[in-house]
Amino acid sequence: MFFLNWPEELKEKPIDMKQFIAFVKKEFYHVFRDRKTLLLLFGLPIAQILLFGFALTNEIKNSKIVVCDYAKDDASRAIISRLEASRSFDIERSLMGHEQIEKAFKEGKVKLAIVFPEGFGSNLAHTNHAQVQIIADASDPNTGTTLSNYANAVIMEYQQELLQQVTLPMQINVETRMIYNPELKGTTNFVPGVMALVLLLICVLMTSVSIVREKELGTMEILLVSPFNPLLVVISKAVPYFVLSLFNLTVILLLSVFLLKMPVAGSIFLLFFESSLLILTALSLGLLISNSTDSQQTAMLISLMGMLLPTMIFTGFMFPLENMPKPLQVISNIVPSRWYYVIIKAVMIKGLGFKHIWKETLILFGMTVFLLTVSIRKFKTRLA
Amino acid sequence: MSGLRYLLQKEFRQIFRNPTILRMILMVPTIQLLIMPLAADYEIKNINIAVVDHDHSTYSSKLVNTITASGYFRLISYGESYNAAFELLEGDKTDLILEIPQHFERNLVTENQQKLFIGINAINGVKAGVGSGYLSRIINNYNADIRAEWITPSKFNPIPVIEVANINWFNLHLNYQRYMVPGILVVLVTMVGSYLCALNIVKEKEIGTIEQINVTPIKKYHFILGKLIPFWVLGMFVFSLGLLVIARLVYGIVPLGSFALIYGFLALYLVAVLGIGLLMSTYAQTQQQAMSLAFFMMMIFIMMSGLFTPIDSMPGWAKVIAALNPVSYFVDVMRMVVLKGSTFHDIQRHFAIIGGFALFFNTWAVLNYRKTS
Repeated sequence: MFFLNWPEELKEKPIDMKQFIAFVKKEFYHVFRDRKTLLLLFGLPIAQILLFGFALTNEIKNSKIVVCDYAKDDASRAIISRLEASRSFDIERSLMGHEQIEKAFKEGKVKLAIVFPEGFGSNLAHTNHAQVQIIADASDPNTGTTLSNYANAVIMEYQQELLQQVTLPMQINVETRMIYNPELKGTTNFVPGVMALVLLLICVLMTSVSIVREKELGTMEILLVSPFNPLLVVISKAVPYFVLSLFNLTVILLLSVFLLKMPVAGSIFLLFFESSLLILTALSLGLLISNSTDSQQTAMLISLMGMLLPTMIFTGFMFPLENMPKPLQVISNIVPSRWYYVIIKAVMIKGLGFKHIWKETLILFGMTVFLLTVSIRKFKTRLA
Repeated sequence: MSGLRYLLQKEFRQIFRNPTILRMILMVPTIQLLIMPLAADYEIKNINIAVVDHDHSTYSSKLVNTITASGYFRLISYGESYNAAFELLEGDKTDLILEIPQHFERNLVTENQQKLFIGINAINGVKAGVGSGYLSRIINNYNADIRAEWITPSKFNPIPVIEVANINWFNLHLNYQRYMVPGILVVLVTMVGSYLCALNIVKEKEIGTIEQINVTPIKKYHFILGKLIPFWVLGMFVFSLGLLVIARLVYGIVPLGSFALIYGFLALYLVAVLGIGLLMSTYAQTQQQAMSLAFFMMMIFIMMSGLFTPIDSMPGWAKVIAALNPVSYFVDVMRMVVLKGSTFHDIQRHFAIIGGFALFFNTWAVLNYRKTS
């Protein structure tokens, strides 16, 4: 019954198209009058997509490591020059003892230490057995293990070469193909995520204050006693932000394609359609927040403090969702940008058609309908 | 000073008067600190694999068994059609396709050489790299096993071996939560402090009560201090809740370094962050403006702080932005002091820089706040 039981006023007062247009005009004036907000609205997505698109990557490169070469022979030098060739490392040579290594870790200067003991090369040459120590600052487990894996691989490579590679019998070779992203670029993964994040958060943020602002300033009373259908008031609030968001979307797409070199393998039309759907979901969520709060501060705190981190994490572009514990995977389902991220990867990168993403589209659509219904139901036509 | 006392009284009353906001300030960080670190895990596990087996021999099934037994891979499908497997890849049902060619077993024995094909969804390049690395290693071991079945190893094996001892310091069990909790706590405290502070003065502007304050003989810095101190106290409280209650009881994280050092840095850091909030609110005319600005800054602060992605991997110009970001310093300090037990000597540079930020932003805010418009 919750969805059928509309407030009386919504049914009584007629909806007039002319009035609606007048309302939309009023909202546009509100938005365009506030130049500073407008500037931020346009500047924000551009700055963020460029900044994050270029700067963010979960690759590990240029990490400072220290090599303690007590051996100083051909073998250790050969390995060190291999390490130097890798772009993961930024090598510093010095003869540190274990205490100094710990000190350097504590100062945060280096992430990894590789120690070649004295006589490394001669041990290897005479007894065919030598030892190396790789010490990682594992306070950051990701960087720590990745770097020590890289270093291990370099040493193993050297060892393989020592074998002189007499062609081994029964060799299984592996041919690996990196599908969708042959160069393993970080942007392929991050740009769609940042797009989802920026589109969703900006829309929610802007709409979430729209209605509560009129409540706080007292102008809502005037609107409610006038003979307009309150539904008009709510819907017309969303229209300017929808138009602005479409504009932002276009700019974001242009930047991602021309500056960040993102592919658009699928249909542009589908991409716009799906993005508009996300924008609508975000607007509905914003309206719901706006209708359920009684001050701008509360609305903003919900849409900023409450949503920023969860959206960042649960969209799935920084931390793969399938790695998360089961309950959190369930929670992630209520984050709209999570579905949009799947959609946009499918359309932009994989070039898939609608039949592969209808499920995600349906979920976003369902969310929009639900949020919009609840927010209109929550809209109070009598102020306390 | 009595002017300041009354101002403080007013500000505290305003905060405590609004239970919704007060509840949010306490609840939101608590809940997020309980959930977020569990989700922020880089470890690559549960890689889904689809096997396309054109051979159906003892060797091919043995290979599949070896792969699934490794614990890294989950066998999603096992069939004969590459196209069917590729559809799974398109739909994100599998991350990886392994194709075993026809007559794999026979040719391996007769021709001494065979090729396997791996296709990986590489949209997430790091995950793809790790996954293919695991798989190649498993195939190599499998290869060695098969070879051993056919060829009896000679007694004297003159293969040079470099033995690598890998040692992990500070986090033996490679626990990601230990790493993420201190950083996320920093972000939450920053959000609480800067948002509230940014919105506060603007609200007075928008409602018009600032006029009343402006006509009183209250000094500019008294006004600023009156806004700063309550949120400073609040920030200290939220941080303590996170560090002493949630981090300790839920995640079992006890700082290795000294509490005095952490709190000393926090005290200074909060002054800097609140100064940024104040500065924003002296420029904004409406709460909406202040909030858009705060949102913009906050997102950059978080993304460019090294909290989720390493700063070392960023391009040079982005490193400059990260160096101008106060959050990156506190994230760094928390990780150093809590996880590694770094001392004042190790973080004195951080102290100096944050001190500079605090001075700079607050001076700017005081100068920019005008009693007459």
